[in-house]
Amino acid sequence: MKIHISNGRLIDPKNGIDTHTDLFVAAGRIAGIGAKPEGFTAEQTIDASNLVVCPGFVDLSARLREPGSEYRATLKSELRAAAAGGVTSLSCPPDTEPVLDEPGLVEMLRYRAKKLEIAHVYPLGALTRQLKGEQLTEMAELTEAGCAGFSQADTAIIDTRVLWRALQYAATFGYTVWLRPEEPYLAKDGVAHDGEIAARLGLKGIPVAAEALAIASILRIARDTGAKVHLSRLSTAEGVDLVREAKKQGVMVTCDVSINHLHLTEHDIGFFNANCHLRPPLRSQRDKDSLCAGLADGTIDAICSDHAPVDEDAKLLPFAEAEPGATGLELLLPLTLKWAAQNRVSLIDAIARITHAPALILGIDAGELSVDAAADICMFDPERYWQVTPATLLSQGKNTPFIGTEVAGKVHYTLLDGQLVHSL
Amino acid sequence: MTLPDAEELLIKLAEGIKPFVTPDTALIGIHSGGVWLMERLLPMLGHDLVHGTLDVSFYRDDFGSRGLHAETRPSQIPFEVNDRNILLIDDVFYTGRTIRAAMNELFDYGRPASISLAVLVDRGGRELPITPQVCTAQIPLPEDQNLQLLRDENGRFTLKLERADV
Amino acid sequence: MFNPQLDKDGKLKHLLSIEGLPKSILNHILDTADSFAGVGEREVKKVPLLRGKTVCNIFFENSTRTRTTFEIAAKRLSADVINLNVGTSSQSKGETILDTVENLTAMHADVFVVRHAESGAAHLIARHVQPHVHVINAGDGRHAHPTQGLLDVYTIRRYKPDMHNLKVALVGDVLHSRVARSEIHALTTLGVPEVRVIAPKTLLPGFVERLGVQVYHDMREGLKDVDVIMMLRLQNERMSGALLPSAQEYFKCFGLTQEKLALAKPDAIVMHPGPMNRGVEIDSAVADGSQSVILPQVTYGIAVRMAVMSILAGNS
Repeated sequence: MKIHISNGRLIDPKNGIDTHTDLFVAAGRIAGIGAKPEGFTAEQTIDASNLVVCPGFVDLSARLREPGSEYRATLKSELRAAAAGGVTSLSCPPDTEPVLDEPGLVEMLRYRAKKLEIAHVYPLGALTRQLKGEQLTEMAELTEAGCAGFSQADTAIIDTRVLWRALQYAATFGYTVWLRPEEPYLAKDGVAHDGEIAARLGLKGIPVAAEALAIASILRIARDTGAKVHLSRLSTAEGVDLVREAKKQGVMVTCDVSINHLHLTEHDIGFFNANCHLRPPLRSQRDKDSLCAGLADGTIDAICSDHAPVDEDAKLLPFAEAEPGATGLELLLPLTLKWAAQNRVSLIDAIARITHAPALILGIDAGELSVDAAADICMFDPERYWQVTPATLLSQGKNTPFIGTEVAGKVHYTLLDGQLVHSL
Repeated sequence: MTLPDAEELLIKLAEGIKPFVTPDTALIGIHSGGVWLMERLLPMLGHDLVHGTLDVSFYRDDFGSRGLHAETRPSQIPFEVNDRNILLIDDVFYTGRTIRAAMNELFDYGRPASISLAVLVDRGGRELPITPQVCTAQIPLPEDQNLQLLRDENGRFTLKLERADV
Repeated sequence: MFNPQLDKDGKLKHLLSIEGLPKSILNHILDTADSFAGVGEREVKKVPLLRGKTVCNIFFENSTRTRTTFEIAAKRLSADVINLNVGTSSQSKGETILDTVENLTAMHADVFVVRHAESGAAHLIARHVQPHVHVINAGDGRHAHPTQGLLDVYTIRRYKPDMHNLKVALVGDVLHSRVARSEIHALTTLGVPEVRVIAPKTLLPGFVERLGVQVYHDMREGLKDVDVIMMLRLQNERMSGALLPSAQEYFKCFGLTQEKLALAKPDAIVMHPGPMNRGVEIDSAVADGSQSVILPQVTYGIAVRMAVMSILAGNS
């Protein structure tokens, strides 16, 4: 289908473009920018006046709950939510049921996602079998089946030798290992940041040291084994400092932060709001400020939604018993824009954090509007406010701390491979 | 309207009470006005009478609509109620519900031989079949007015009319 | 600012924690408790205030002591009492906490007294009860035990009426103690100028000073000149979690003996929420001694709970 997207503000961070110009799509690819390509006759014209036209977003972490927990959410519902959020490529962690540690499971997931044609799914394979932290998975086979990297999801490896060998093995092939840095014994049973709020509310705290220690050991092991490591979901000021220092020393590390940690702190727990039960926990104001600054100065490479739909019953429990996680695919854009506005970051730099930068981390061809690139495009109105309510969210998970609030940044159109997969 | 002099009424009250009182009678004042009156009456009645105070907050019949009174005070009945002749003292008699509550409370302390009631003023508007044995003044008042006994810093009593919230 | 414990007129709707309650409401409860204190001495130990109302004790975490005090308090108010020990019933069959509460609503309970092993349970329940139902937190995880905090300050007030001139020391496992947190909030709200906590570092929450207390690790230093000593219970499991080496060493360093008591003011009072571990937190001689007010605490507990229930029930 030949599509002419007219009058939009084209923003493509990879190619440094931020200008009002037209975009042309043909055969699922970007056919031209600015001038109409020769012989192009539009079959469809989309008027993008007042809209930003940018690459479809690349989300580094979105739990789709398939295979396994279909009562919570389905592939279809969550991919539709992704499209509604302008996300065209996403990566999902391996903590499904069963765990993504077999090539067959990965192939099945990719096949099902491909058939739906709503968003590109790049699963992360389990680093160890069943995520148990004992035996390695067949990383080469899993990569061939379509894994973009390897992860332990939320289960830290306790045996340091296993962690070492896993990174060493991954380094053999140049695979990226994604780890959420948290020392398991210090974090055991913890549900909140170990600070004043946890003291007042009587919640078991996870100290900053749990993340700092884990980052230090992971970086050290990565250095000695030569592995490429991606740290998922930074949450502490100290963590940001450690990564900044490591990058200065030339260590091969990238990291991301979730939309929730850029805007919320331990205080948002309020009167035990279970929607604020997250992993890692929401921390202090100082930590939040450091995350925002670290993202702005490039220490943190990308923002992800950390999408984790949880059904209502699992949140209607006392705080510690409630299942952690927040729905986020549809909030990736508005909360990225809000971070940019509050930290005086330009729109193009902000969009880079959810397009080009995560694409690099995933090692995929995405997040750009170069000619001949796949036509994965998002068109959004940065000034349009909308209410976050169970009705306006397409995800089956309505669990977010932002429920009932108003946010700015509404996706009007999403194209995947040149096909319209979402429109308002 | 001019209200009678409360101090004069107090003297009349003491006179009116004397026939009802023996050395074994127990006086019980109902908070707060009844207690004030009782404190002044005790020396006037001449005997060394056993006495106590009653706060009826927990026995009122309007708990459901008005909640617990903002200021409750402990009742003090430092004597045996069983077989006792008791004289209740209150300042203003209105619907009779306060006395009903007071009697219910007293019966949770024991079984008195008799209960008599002495009040300073009856302002009319009785809603229960209760009547004082001693009453020094009858001042009928409409529903939208309240009669209050006041005590100044020297302990002198006056009566005052106030608008009621109906 | 929204306060889940108060209704739109600022009156007490639920008692979930001492934190967040204004001084005036705390004083109202304490003053009202004065009037209930004498009821237990009378022939008919009842007042008719809650006649026709139902108080339901929902204990997701067992406690015969606390449940019994609430039951006595409710019965002295002439209320009907239902006891639900959820550990043995439907909860263990997988019924959620809110399902249990909803089923009880069908029985027209007016007051729920709730105890649960997780912090925030009472808040969760309060968010989901019918508008006319009141929730009293009888202890949620490590977070709060407001009626205990209230009866403790009520006890202090009876023996040391001038709260604005006191030094109070809490001794023991503050980290795991909801009683300690409630006591600290009550004391600071009522204007007690100096509140100390005395404990080893492993038994204190991080940032505890933010609660408005002074921290002591040396018990002898911490007890100097103190007017009130509030002992906290040490549970056996603390010895197995690498928090403490042994009960003996704990008693040596943090147990209250006659000798350490002598460092406080001569008329200092000794309190304990119970049940006591004699020889671990406190010496028998001190527990049974002349400065101990541990037994009166129990009586006051009934009066304070009667006050709380009456005020709540009257605020419908």
